[in-house]
Amino acid sequence: MPPSDDALSALYQEVLLDHYRRPRNRGALAEPDVSVAKKNPLCGDEITLQIAFEGDTVHDVMFTGQGCAISQASASMMTQLLKGRSRAEVERVARRFVEMIHGDDAAARDAALGDLRALAGVSRLPVRLKCAMLAWGALAEALAEPGK
Amino acid sequence: MSALAPRADFPLLAAEPTLVYLDSAATAQKPRAVLDAITAFYAHDYANPHRGAYALSVRATARYREARERLARFFGVADPETLLFTRSCTESLNLVAASWGRANIGPGDAIIVTAAEHHGNFVPWQQLARERGAEFIIAPIAEGGTVDLAALRALLGPRTKVVAFNHISNVLGAVNPVREIAAMVRAAAPDAITVCDGAQAAPHRALGIDALGADFYALGGHKMFGPMGVGVLVGRRALLEAMPPWQTGGDMIEFVHDDRSTWNVLPHKFEAGTPNVEGAVGLAAAADYLDALGMDAMCAHGSALAALALERIGELDGATIFGPPHGVERGAVVSFTLGDVHPHDLASILDARGICIRAGHHCAQPLMRRLGVGATARASFSAYNDERDVEALVTGLRAALHLFGHAAV
Repeated sequence: MPPSDDALSALYQEVLLDHYRRPRNRGALAEPDVSVAKKNPLCGDEITLQIAFEGDTVHDVMFTGQGCAISQASASMMTQLLKGRSRAEVERVARRFVEMIHGDDAAARDAALGDLRALAGVSRLPVRLKCAMLAWGALAEALAEPGK
Repeated sequence: MSALAPRADFPLLAAEPTLVYLDSAATAQKPRAVLDAITAFYAHDYANPHRGAYALSVRATARYREARERLARFFGVADPETLLFTRSCTESLNLVAASWGRANIGPGDAIIVTAAEHHGNFVPWQQLARERGAEFIIAPIAEGGTVDLAALRALLGPRTKVVAFNHISNVLGAVNPVREIAAMVRAAAPDAITVCDGAQAAPHRALGIDALGADFYALGGHKMFGPMGVGVLVGRRALLEAMPPWQTGGDMIEFVHDDRSTWNVLPHKFEAGTPNVEGAVGLAAAADYLDALGMDAMCAHGSALAALALERIGELDGATIFGPPHGVERGAVVSFTLGDVHPHDLASILDARGICIRAGHHCAQPLMRRLGVGATARASFSAYNDERDVEALVTGLRAALHLFGHAAV
Protein backbone atom coordinates (compact mmCIF):
# COMPACT_ATOMS: atom_id res chain seq x y z
CA MET A 1 0.00 0.00 0.00
CA PRO A 2 1.42 3.38 -0.94
CA PRO A 3 2.03 5.80 1.93
CA SER A 4 -0.87 8.12 2.58
CA ASP A 5 -1.69 10.78 5.11
CA ASP A 6 -3.92 9.74 8.03
CA ALA A 7 -6.38 12.58 7.62
CA LEU A 8 -6.94 11.76 3.98
CA SER A 9 -7.29 8.04 4.62
CA ALA A 10 -9.80 8.75 7.37
CA LEU A 11 -11.88 10.91 5.07
CA TYR A 12 -11.88 9.04 1.77
CA GLN A 13 -13.54 5.92 3.18
CA GLU A 14 -15.70 3.44 1.35
CA VAL A 15 -18.94 5.07 2.51
CA LEU A 16 -17.97 8.49 1.16
CA LEU A 17 -16.81 7.07 -2.16
CA ASP A 18 -19.99 5.00 -2.36
CA HIS A 19 -22.15 8.14 -2.04
CA TYR A 20 -19.91 9.93 -4.57
CA ARG A 21 -20.18 7.14 -7.12
CA ARG A 22 -23.78 6.06 -6.41
CA PRO A 23 -25.48 9.21 -5.14
CA ARG A 24 -28.87 8.70 -3.41
CA ASN A 25 -31.87 10.80 -4.38
CA ARG A 26 -30.16 12.11 -7.46
CA GLY A 27 -32.50 13.63 -10.02
CA ALA A 28 -35.34 16.11 -10.27
CA LEU A 29 -38.72 16.19 -8.52
CA ALA A 30 -41.85 16.39 -10.66
CA GLU A 31 -43.41 19.03 -8.43
CA PRO A 32 -40.93 20.63 -6.07
CA ASP A 33 -42.07 23.34 -3.69
CA VAL A 34 -38.61 24.87 -3.62
CA SER A 35 -35.63 24.56 -5.92
CA VAL A 36 -32.28 26.12 -5.02
CA ALA A 37 -29.12 26.12 -7.14
CA LYS A 38 -25.81 26.81 -5.41
CA LYS A 39 -22.37 27.16 -6.91
CA ASN A 40 -18.99 27.48 -5.36
CA PRO A 41 -17.57 30.14 -7.67
CA LEU A 42 -14.01 29.35 -6.65
CA CYS A 43 -14.04 25.75 -7.81
CA GLY A 44 -17.19 25.44 -9.92
CA ASP A 45 -18.90 22.78 -7.80
CA GLU A 46 -22.67 22.86 -8.29
CA ILE A 47 -25.70 21.58 -6.41
CA THR A 48 -29.37 21.99 -7.27
CA LEU A 49 -31.60 20.91 -4.40
CA GLN A 50 -35.34 20.35 -4.72
CA ILE A 51 -37.76 19.76 -1.87
CA ALA A 52 -41.46 18.92 -1.78
CA PHE A 53 -43.13 19.63 1.58
CA GLU A 54 -46.26 18.11 3.08
CA GLY A 55 -47.30 20.67 5.60
CA ASP A 56 -44.29 21.16 7.85
CA THR A 57 -42.65 17.93 6.77
CA VAL A 58 -40.12 17.19 4.02
CA HIS A 59 -42.12 14.83 1.79
CA ASP A 60 -39.47 14.31 -0.87
CA VAL A 61 -36.05 15.64 -1.80
CA MET A 62 -33.76 15.26 -4.79
CA PHE A 63 -30.55 16.84 -5.98
CA THR A 64 -28.40 17.18 -9.07
CA GLY A 65 -24.91 18.53 -9.27
CA GLN A 66 -21.31 18.06 -10.19
CA GLY A 67 -18.11 18.45 -8.30
CA CYS A 68 -15.71 16.76 -5.96
CA ALA A 69 -16.35 13.65 -3.87
CA ILE A 70 -16.87 15.70 -0.71
CA SER A 71 -19.48 18.09 -2.16
CA GLN A 72 -21.44 15.38 -3.95
CA ALA A 73 -21.30 12.80 -1.14
CA SER A 74 -22.34 15.46 1.35
CA ALA A 75 -25.42 16.22 -0.76
CA SER A 76 -26.27 12.56 -1.18
CA MET A 77 -25.95 11.78 2.53
CA MET A 78 -27.91 14.87 3.44
CA THR A 79 -30.90 13.95 1.29
CA GLN A 80 -31.00 10.52 2.95
CA LEU A 81 -31.68 12.14 6.30
CA LEU A 82 -34.30 14.68 5.30
CA LYS A 83 -37.34 12.71 4.19
CA GLY A 84 -40.17 12.63 6.68
CA ARG A 85 -38.59 15.19 8.97
CA SER A 86 -40.09 18.44 10.18
CA ARG A 87 -38.41 21.74 9.41
CA ALA A 88 -37.29 21.98 13.05
CA GLU A 89 -35.74 18.51 12.90
CA VAL A 90 -33.99 19.33 9.62
CA GLU A 91 -32.55 22.49 11.11
CA ARG A 92 -31.34 20.53 14.15
CA VAL A 93 -29.52 18.03 11.90
CA ALA A 94 -28.00 20.90 9.90
CA ARG A 95 -26.66 22.53 13.07
CA ARG A 96 -25.23 19.22 14.23
CA PHE A 97 -23.51 18.73 10.86
CA VAL A 98 -21.90 22.17 11.01
CA GLU A 99 -20.66 21.42 14.53
CA MET A 100 -19.18 18.14 13.33
CA ILE A 101 -17.22 19.53 10.39
CA HIS A 102 -15.85 22.23 12.64
CA GLY A 103 -14.29 19.57 14.84
CA ASP A 104 -16.94 18.77 17.50
CA ASP A 105 -16.14 15.18 18.56
CA ALA A 106 -19.52 14.56 20.17
CA ALA A 107 -21.27 15.55 16.94
CA ALA A 108 -18.95 13.23 15.00
CA ARG A 109 -20.28 10.32 17.12
CA ASP A 110 -23.95 11.41 16.97
CA ALA A 111 -25.97 8.63 15.34
CA ALA A 112 -28.49 11.24 14.23
CA LEU A 113 -26.05 12.24 11.52
CA GLY A 114 -26.11 8.79 9.91
CA ASP A 115 -23.68 8.35 7.00
CA LEU A 116 -22.74 12.02 7.31
CA ARG A 117 -20.36 11.03 10.08
CA ALA A 118 -18.02 9.86 7.31
CA LEU A 119 -17.43 13.55 6.62
CA ALA A 120 -16.10 14.32 10.13
CA GLY A 121 -12.57 14.29 8.74
CA VAL A 122 -13.29 17.46 6.75
CA SER A 123 -12.63 19.34 9.99
CA ARG A 124 -8.96 18.57 9.41
CA LEU A 125 -9.06 19.99 5.87
CA PRO A 126 -10.19 23.59 6.32
CA VAL A 127 -9.92 24.40 2.61
CA ARG A 128 -12.57 21.75 1.91
CA LEU A 129 -15.21 23.00 4.37
CA LYS A 130 -16.92 24.89 1.55
CA CYS A 131 -17.20 21.68 -0.47
CA ALA A 132 -18.88 19.88 2.43
CA MET A 133 -21.16 22.86 3.09
CA LEU A 134 -22.39 23.45 -0.48
CA ALA A 135 -25.52 21.27 -0.21
CA TRP A 136 -26.24 22.61 3.26
CA GLY A 137 -26.12 26.16 1.98
CA ALA A 138 -28.73 25.16 -0.58
CA LEU A 139 -30.80 23.55 2.18
CA ALA A 140 -30.68 26.69 4.32
CA GLU A 141 -31.91 28.76 1.39
CA ALA A 142 -34.62 26.22 0.59
CA LEU A 143 -35.91 26.33 4.17
CA ALA A 144 -35.90 30.13 4.10
CA GLU A 145 -38.06 30.25 0.98
CA PRO A 146 -41.79 30.70 1.57
CA GLY A 147 -42.62 27.79 -0.76
CA LYS A 148 -46.08 27.17 -2.18
CA MET B 1 17.05 16.77 -14.98
CA SER B 2 18.28 18.97 -12.19
CA ALA B 3 16.89 22.34 -11.16
CA LEU B 4 17.93 25.40 -13.15
CA ALA B 5 18.13 27.57 -10.03
CA PRO B 6 19.19 26.34 -6.58
CA ARG B 7 16.41 26.13 -3.98
CA ALA B 8 18.79 28.02 -1.69
CA ASP B 9 18.12 31.13 -3.83
CA PHE B 10 14.47 31.07 -2.67
CA PRO B 11 14.03 31.70 1.07
CA LEU B 12 10.63 30.00 1.26
CA LEU B 13 11.83 26.87 -0.54
CA ALA B 14 15.02 26.82 1.53
CA ALA B 15 12.92 26.98 4.71
CA GLU B 16 10.65 24.16 3.49
CA PRO B 17 13.06 21.70 1.91
CA THR B 18 10.47 18.98 1.36
CA LEU B 19 7.79 21.19 -0.20
CA VAL B 20 7.01 20.28 -3.81
CA TYR B 21 5.76 23.54 -5.29
CA LEU B 22 4.04 22.92 -8.62
CA ASP B 23 1.89 26.06 -8.90
CA SER B 24 4.27 28.58 -10.42
CA ALA B 25 1.79 29.37 -13.19
CA ALA B 26 -0.38 30.87 -10.43
CA THR B 27 2.55 32.63 -8.79
CA ALA B 28 6.28 31.99 -8.61
CA GLN B 29 8.31 31.86 -5.41
CA LYS B 30 10.66 34.79 -4.83
CA PRO B 31 14.42 34.77 -5.15
CA ARG B 32 16.32 36.44 -2.31
CA ALA B 33 17.73 38.95 -4.82
CA VAL B 34 14.22 40.35 -5.39
CA LEU B 35 13.48 40.63 -1.67
CA ASP B 36 16.88 42.30 -1.14
CA ALA B 37 16.26 44.85 -3.90
CA ILE B 38 12.92 45.82 -2.34
CA THR B 39 14.48 46.13 1.11
CA ALA B 40 17.36 48.20 -0.30
CA PHE B 41 14.90 50.64 -1.88
CA TYR B 42 13.14 51.16 1.44
CA ALA B 43 16.37 51.23 3.43
CA HIS B 44 18.38 53.58 1.24
CA ASP B 45 16.36 55.42 -1.41
CA TYR B 46 12.84 55.78 -0.08
CA ALA B 47 10.80 58.93 -0.70
CA ASN B 48 7.92 59.88 -2.95
CA PRO B 49 9.22 60.03 -6.53
CA HIS B 50 8.48 62.78 -9.05
CA ARG B 51 8.38 65.47 -6.33
CA GLY B 52 12.05 66.33 -6.62
CA ALA B 53 12.37 69.05 -3.97
CA TYR B 54 15.23 67.22 -2.29
CA ALA B 55 17.98 64.79 -3.17
CA LEU B 56 16.31 61.75 -1.58
CA SER B 57 13.22 62.17 -3.76
CA VAL B 58 15.49 62.49 -6.78
CA ARG B 59 17.08 59.15 -5.84
CA ALA B 60 13.66 57.50 -5.49
CA THR B 61 12.69 58.90 -8.89
CA ALA B 62 15.91 57.53 -10.36
CA ARG B 63 15.25 54.04 -8.96
CA TYR B 64 11.78 54.08 -10.55
CA ARG B 65 13.06 55.33 -13.91
CA GLU B 66 15.96 52.85 -13.91
CA ALA B 67 13.54 50.00 -13.23
CA ARG B 68 11.45 51.01 -16.22
CA GLU B 69 14.52 51.23 -18.44
CA ARG B 70 15.84 47.90 -17.21
CA LEU B 71 12.54 46.18 -17.91
CA ALA B 72 12.22 47.80 -21.34
CA ARG B 73 15.63 46.32 -22.24
CA PHE B 74 14.64 42.95 -20.78
CA PHE B 75 11.36 42.82 -22.71
CA GLY B 76 12.79 44.11 -25.99
CA VAL B 77 11.01 47.46 -25.88
CA ALA B 78 13.03 50.24 -27.54
CA ASP B 79 11.08 53.14 -26.03
CA PRO B 80 10.83 52.82 -22.21
CA GLU B 81 8.08 55.45 -22.16
CA THR B 82 5.77 53.00 -23.90
CA LEU B 83 6.16 50.58 -20.95
CA LEU B 84 3.54 51.39 -18.32
CA PHE B 85 3.45 50.05 -14.80
CA THR B 86 0.09 48.73 -13.63
CA ARG B 87 -1.14 46.70 -10.68
CA SER B 88 -1.29 43.40 -12.57
CA CYS B 89 -1.68 41.81 -15.97
CA THR B 90 -5.45 41.97 -15.46
CA GLU B 91 -5.23 45.70 -14.78
CA SER B 92 -3.12 46.18 -17.91
CA LEU B 93 -5.85 44.55 -19.98
CA ASN B 94 -8.56 46.56 -18.23
CA LEU B 95 -6.62 49.73 -18.99
CA VAL B 96 -6.75 49.00 -22.73
CA ALA B 97 -10.43 48.07 -22.62
CA ALA B 98 -11.37 51.09 -20.53
CA SER B 99 -9.24 53.71 -22.29
CA TRP B 100 -8.81 52.64 -25.91
CA GLY B 101 -12.05 50.69 -25.84
CA ARG B 102 -14.36 53.40 -24.59
CA ALA B 103 -12.79 55.91 -27.00
CA ASN B 104 -13.03 53.67 -30.05
CA ILE B 105 -15.74 51.02 -29.72
CA GLY B 106 -19.33 51.62 -30.77
CA PRO B 107 -22.43 49.77 -31.97
CA GLY B 108 -21.74 47.57 -34.97
CA ASP B 109 -18.07 47.05 -34.10
CA ALA B 110 -16.79 43.55 -33.43
CA ILE B 111 -14.50 42.45 -30.60
CA ILE B 112 -12.85 39.05 -30.94
CA VAL B 113 -11.34 37.02 -28.12
CA THR B 114 -10.29 33.39 -28.22
CA ALA B 115 -11.99 30.51 -26.44
CA ALA B 116 -8.80 29.88 -24.43
CA GLU B 117 -8.56 33.23 -22.67
CA HIS B 118 -8.07 33.70 -18.95
CA HIS B 119 -10.97 35.72 -17.52
CA GLY B 120 -8.56 38.68 -17.38
CA ASN B 121 -8.47 38.86 -21.18
CA PHE B 122 -12.11 37.83 -21.63
CA VAL B 123 -14.38 39.63 -19.21
CA PRO B 124 -13.10 43.21 -19.85
CA TRP B 125 -13.85 42.73 -23.57
CA GLN B 126 -17.19 41.03 -22.94
CA GLN B 127 -18.23 43.92 -20.70
CA LEU B 128 -16.96 46.56 -23.14
CA ALA B 129 -18.98 44.93 -25.94
CA ARG B 130 -22.12 44.86 -23.78
CA GLU B 131 -21.64 48.46 -22.73
CA ARG B 132 -21.03 49.70 -26.27
CA GLY B 133 -23.48 47.50 -28.15
CA ALA B 134 -20.62 45.85 -30.02
CA GLU B 135 -20.58 42.25 -31.18
CA PHE B 136 -18.57 39.91 -28.94
CA ILE B 137 -17.09 36.99 -30.87
CA ILE B 138 -15.31 33.99 -29.34
CA ALA B 139 -12.83 32.59 -31.85
CA PRO B 140 -12.43 28.82 -31.70
CA ILE B 141 -9.20 27.10 -30.75
CA ALA B 142 -7.57 24.32 -32.73
CA GLU B 143 -6.83 20.82 -31.42
CA GLY B 144 -4.13 21.32 -28.79
CA GLY B 145 -5.35 24.74 -27.74
CA THR B 146 -3.69 27.27 -30.04
CA VAL B 147 -5.74 29.84 -31.95
CA ASP B 148 -7.42 28.27 -34.99
CA LEU B 149 -5.75 30.59 -37.51
CA ALA B 150 -8.02 29.78 -40.44
CA ALA B 151 -11.13 30.28 -38.32
CA LEU B 152 -9.79 33.56 -36.96
CA ARG B 153 -8.92 34.74 -40.46
CA ALA B 154 -12.51 34.07 -41.53
CA LEU B 155 -13.84 36.18 -38.63
CA LEU B 156 -11.73 39.24 -39.44
CA GLY B 157 -13.24 42.11 -41.37
CA PRO B 158 -13.75 45.85 -41.54
CA ARG B 159 -15.94 45.78 -38.40
CA THR B 160 -13.23 44.08 -36.32
CA LYS B 161 -11.80 46.53 -33.79
CA VAL B 162 -10.14 44.30 -31.21
CA VAL B 163 -8.47 40.90 -31.36
CA ALA B 164 -7.46 39.72 -27.87
CA PHE B 165 -5.49 36.49 -27.45
CA ASN B 166 -3.03 34.81 -25.14
CA HIS B 167 0.63 34.13 -25.84
CA ILE B 168 0.67 30.93 -23.76
CA SER B 169 -2.54 29.40 -22.34
CA ASN B 170 -2.59 29.22 -18.55
CA VAL B 171 -4.63 26.01 -18.71
CA LEU B 172 -3.34 24.19 -21.77
CA GLY B 173 0.19 25.49 -22.14
CA ALA B 174 -0.42 25.91 -25.87
CA VAL B 175 1.89 28.52 -27.42
CA ASN B 176 0.38 30.93 -29.94
CA PRO B 177 2.30 32.38 -32.89
CA VAL B 178 1.94 35.99 -31.75
CA ARG B 179 3.85 37.49 -34.68
CA GLU B 180 1.76 35.61 -37.22
CA ILE B 181 -1.53 36.52 -35.56
CA ALA B 182 -0.58 40.21 -35.27
CA ALA B 183 0.45 40.34 -38.93
CA MET B 184 -2.71 38.55 -40.06
CA VAL B 185 -4.94 40.95 -38.14
CA ARG B 186 -3.05 43.97 -39.47
CA ALA B 187 -3.55 42.77 -43.03
CA ALA B 188 -7.17 41.65 -42.79
CA ALA B 189 -8.54 44.14 -40.25
CA PRO B 190 -6.41 47.28 -40.40
CA ASP B 191 -8.67 49.16 -37.96
CA ALA B 192 -8.29 46.52 -35.25
CA ILE B 193 -5.85 46.52 -32.35
CA THR B 194 -4.20 43.29 -31.23
CA VAL B 195 -3.99 42.73 -27.48
CA CYS B 196 -1.79 39.91 -26.23
CA ASP B 197 -1.95 38.46 -22.71
CA GLY B 198 1.63 37.48 -21.93
CA ALA B 199 1.16 36.49 -18.28
CA GLN B 200 2.33 32.91 -18.84
CA ALA B 201 4.95 33.73 -21.47
CA ALA B 202 6.84 36.41 -19.53
CA PRO B 203 8.43 33.95 -17.04
CA HIS B 204 9.42 31.44 -19.72
CA ARG B 205 10.23 33.17 -23.03
CA ALA B 206 12.58 35.89 -24.26
CA LEU B 207 9.74 38.11 -25.41
CA GLY B 208 11.08 40.81 -27.70
CA ILE B 209 7.78 42.62 -27.34
CA ASP B 210 8.42 45.21 -30.07
CA ALA B 211 9.28 42.46 -32.53
CA LEU B 212 6.21 40.37 -31.65
CA GLY B 213 4.14 43.12 -33.23
CA ALA B 214 1.04 43.13 -31.03
CA ASP B 215 -0.32 46.64 -30.47
CA PHE B 216 -0.62 45.98 -26.73
CA TYR B 217 1.20 43.37 -24.67
CA ALA B 218 0.24 42.79 -21.02
CA LEU B 219 2.02 40.84 -18.31
CA GLY B 220 2.17 40.52 -14.54
CA GLY B 221 5.19 40.66 -12.27
CA HIS B 222 4.55 37.99 -9.67
CA LYS B 223 4.59 35.03 -12.05
CA MET B 224 8.13 35.98 -13.17
CA PHE B 225 9.74 36.15 -9.70
CA GLY B 226 8.69 39.78 -9.13
CA PRO B 227 6.48 40.96 -6.28
CA MET B 228 2.68 40.89 -6.27
CA GLY B 229 0.97 44.15 -7.14
CA VAL B 230 2.98 45.16 -10.19
CA GLY B 231 2.16 44.53 -13.84
CA VAL B 232 3.27 45.91 -17.17
CA LEU B 233 1.50 47.14 -20.26
CA VAL B 234 3.49 47.86 -23.40
CA GLY B 235 1.66 49.77 -26.13
CA ARG B 236 2.42 51.46 -29.40
CA ARG B 237 3.35 55.09 -28.76
CA ALA B 238 0.87 56.54 -31.28
CA LEU B 239 -2.00 54.57 -29.72
CA LEU B 240 -1.04 55.46 -26.14
CA GLU B 241 -0.69 59.14 -27.01
CA ALA B 242 -4.12 59.24 -28.63
CA MET B 243 -5.80 57.40 -25.73
CA PRO B 244 -7.54 59.26 -22.92
CA PRO B 245 -6.33 58.62 -19.36
CA TRP B 246 -8.27 55.93 -17.54
CA GLN B 247 -7.53 57.02 -13.99
CA THR B 248 -6.96 60.62 -13.04
CA GLY B 249 -5.37 62.44 -10.11
CA GLY B 250 -1.84 63.17 -9.00
CA ASP B 251 1.24 62.59 -11.15
CA MET B 252 -0.74 62.12 -14.38
CA ILE B 253 -1.68 65.77 -14.93
CA GLU B 254 0.16 68.58 -16.64
CA PHE B 255 -2.03 71.42 -15.38
CA VAL B 256 -5.28 71.47 -13.42
CA HIS B 257 -7.55 74.43 -14.19
CA ASP B 258 -10.69 75.03 -12.18
CA ASP B 259 -12.87 73.54 -14.90
CA ARG B 260 -10.56 71.20 -16.84
CA SER B 261 -7.15 69.54 -16.80
CA THR B 262 -4.40 68.66 -19.24
CA TRP B 263 -2.39 65.49 -19.17
CA ASN B 264 1.20 64.63 -18.45
CA VAL B 265 3.32 62.90 -21.12
CA LEU B 266 3.90 59.15 -21.39
CA PRO B 267 4.26 57.07 -19.33
CA HIS B 268 2.91 59.27 -16.52
CA LYS B 269 -0.44 59.90 -18.22
CA PHE B 270 -1.42 56.32 -17.34
CA GLU B 271 0.11 56.17 -13.86
CA ALA B 272 -2.13 58.25 -11.60
CA GLY B 273 -1.17 58.51 -7.95
CA THR B 274 1.99 57.60 -6.07
CA PRO B 275 3.50 54.75 -8.09
CA ASN B 276 4.42 51.28 -6.86
CA VAL B 277 8.18 51.89 -6.87
CA GLU B 278 8.77 48.85 -4.69
CA GLY B 279 7.03 46.74 -7.32
CA ALA B 280 9.00 48.24 -10.21
CA VAL B 281 12.33 47.86 -8.39
CA GLY B 282 11.49 44.28 -7.38
CA LEU B 283 10.43 43.39 -10.92
CA ALA B 284 13.63 44.84 -12.36
CA ALA B 285 15.60 42.67 -9.92
CA ALA B 286 13.53 39.70 -11.11
CA ALA B 287 14.54 40.54 -14.69
CA ASP B 288 18.19 40.55 -13.60
CA TYR B 289 17.69 37.16 -11.96
CA LEU B 290 16.00 35.72 -15.06
CA ASP B 291 18.73 37.17 -17.28
CA ALA B 292 21.37 35.43 -15.18
CA LEU B 293 19.53 32.11 -15.55
CA GLY B 294 19.02 32.81 -19.25
CA MET B 295 15.59 32.97 -20.86
CA ASP B 296 16.47 30.24 -23.37
CA ALA B 297 17.40 28.01 -20.44
CA MET B 298 14.14 28.94 -18.66
CA CYS B 299 12.17 28.02 -21.76
CA ALA B 300 13.98 24.71 -22.24
CA HIS B 301 13.77 23.79 -18.53
CA GLY B 302 10.01 24.46 -18.21
CA SER B 303 9.21 22.65 -21.42
CA ALA B 304 11.38 19.66 -20.50
CA LEU B 305 9.71 19.25 -17.10
CA ALA B 306 6.27 19.62 -18.71
CA ALA B 307 7.18 16.99 -21.31
CA LEU B 308 8.35 14.62 -18.59
CA ALA B 309 5.16 15.18 -16.58
CA LEU B 310 3.08 14.65 -19.72
CA GLU B 311 4.75 11.31 -20.29
CA ARG B 312 4.64 10.09 -16.69
CA ILE B 313 1.07 11.21 -15.94
CA GLY B 314 -0.01 9.75 -19.27
CA GLU B 315 1.07 6.31 -18.02
CA LEU B 316 -1.51 6.39 -15.22
CA ASP B 317 -4.87 4.61 -15.55
CA GLY B 318 -7.64 7.01 -16.41
CA ALA B 319 -5.43 10.05 -17.01
CA THR B 320 -6.64 12.59 -19.56
CA ILE B 321 -4.16 15.32 -20.47
CA PHE B 322 -5.30 18.56 -22.09
CA GLY B 323 -3.34 20.78 -24.44
CA PRO B 324 -0.67 20.18 -27.04
CA PRO B 325 0.20 16.53 -27.75
CA HIS B 326 3.64 15.15 -26.99
CA GLY B 327 6.32 16.70 -29.16
CA VAL B 328 4.43 19.97 -29.79
CA GLU B 329 5.73 23.14 -28.14
CA ARG B 330 4.20 23.66 -24.70
CA GLY B 331 4.67 26.10 -21.84
CA ALA B 332 5.60 24.88 -18.38
CA VAL B 333 2.11 23.62 -17.45
CA VAL B 334 0.26 20.30 -17.63
CA SER B 335 -3.50 20.16 -17.02
CA PHE B 336 -5.11 16.81 -16.52
CA THR B 337 -7.87 14.78 -14.95
CA LEU B 338 -7.47 11.37 -13.34
CA GLY B 339 -10.43 9.03 -13.75
CA ASP B 340 -13.20 9.79 -11.28
CA VAL B 341 -10.82 11.32 -8.73
CA HIS B 342 -12.06 14.90 -8.86
CA PRO B 343 -9.29 17.54 -9.19
CA HIS B 344 -10.17 19.07 -5.80
CA ASP B 345 -9.91 15.72 -4.08
CA LEU B 346 -6.64 15.20 -5.92
CA ALA B 347 -5.30 18.55 -4.72
CA SER B 348 -6.17 17.70 -1.08
CA ILE B 349 -4.57 14.28 -1.30
CA LEU B 350 -1.41 15.79 -2.81
CA ASP B 351 -1.45 18.64 -0.29
CA ALA B 352 -1.28 16.10 2.54
CA ARG B 353 1.99 14.95 0.95
CA GLY B 354 3.42 18.44 0.69
CA ILE B 355 2.69 18.81 -3.02
CA CYS B 356 1.06 22.05 -4.23
CA ILE B 357 -0.97 21.90 -7.44
CA ARG B 358 -3.87 23.96 -8.74
CA ALA B 359 -7.35 22.47 -9.13
CA GLY B 360 -10.41 24.14 -10.57
CA HIS B 361 -11.39 26.18 -13.60
CA HIS B 362 -8.16 28.24 -13.67
CA CYS B 363 -10.08 31.48 -14.30
CA ALA B 364 -11.01 30.13 -17.73
CA GLN B 365 -14.63 29.00 -17.48
CA PRO B 366 -15.42 29.49 -21.20
CA LEU B 367 -12.50 27.17 -22.03
CA MET B 368 -13.54 24.59 -19.43
CA ARG B 369 -17.02 24.45 -21.00
CA ARG B 370 -15.45 23.77 -24.38
CA LEU B 371 -13.20 21.08 -22.91
CA GLY B 372 -16.32 19.57 -21.36
CA VAL B 373 -14.94 19.48 -17.82
CA GLY B 374 -15.83 21.44 -14.70
CA ALA B 375 -12.32 21.40 -13.36
CA THR B 376 -8.84 20.11 -14.10
CA ALA B 377 -5.75 19.56 -12.02
CA ARG B 378 -2.75 21.60 -13.13
CA ALA B 379 0.91 21.17 -12.36
CA SER B 380 3.25 23.96 -13.43
CA PHE B 381 7.00 24.31 -13.27
CA SER B 382 9.70 26.89 -12.73
CA ALA B 383 13.47 27.14 -12.41
CA TYR B 384 13.54 25.60 -8.92
CA ASN B 385 11.72 22.42 -9.94
CA ASP B 386 13.48 19.24 -10.97
CA GLU B 387 12.76 15.67 -12.05
CA ARG B 388 12.20 14.58 -8.45
CA ASP B 389 9.25 16.97 -8.20
CA VAL B 390 7.63 15.24 -11.18
CA GLU B 391 8.27 11.84 -9.58
CA ALA B 392 6.77 13.04 -6.28
CA LEU B 393 3.70 14.22 -8.19
CA VAL B 394 3.29 10.89 -9.98
CA THR B 395 3.74 8.96 -6.73
CA GLY B 396 1.07 11.19 -5.15
CA LEU B 397 -1.28 10.57 -8.05
CA ARG B 398 -0.84 6.81 -7.66
CA ALA B 399 -1.67 7.17 -3.96
CA ALA B 400 -4.82 9.09 -4.89
CA LEU B 401 -5.87 6.32 -7.25
CA HIS B 402 -5.26 3.80 -4.48
CA LEU B 403 -7.25 5.83 -1.97
CA PHE B 404 -10.16 5.91 -4.40
CA GLY B 405 -10.04 2.15 -4.61
CA HIS B 406 -8.39 1.81 -7.98
CA ALA B 407 -5.68 -0.81 -8.14
CA ALA B 408 -2.30 0.88 -8.05
CA VAL B 409 -0.77 0.73 -11.50
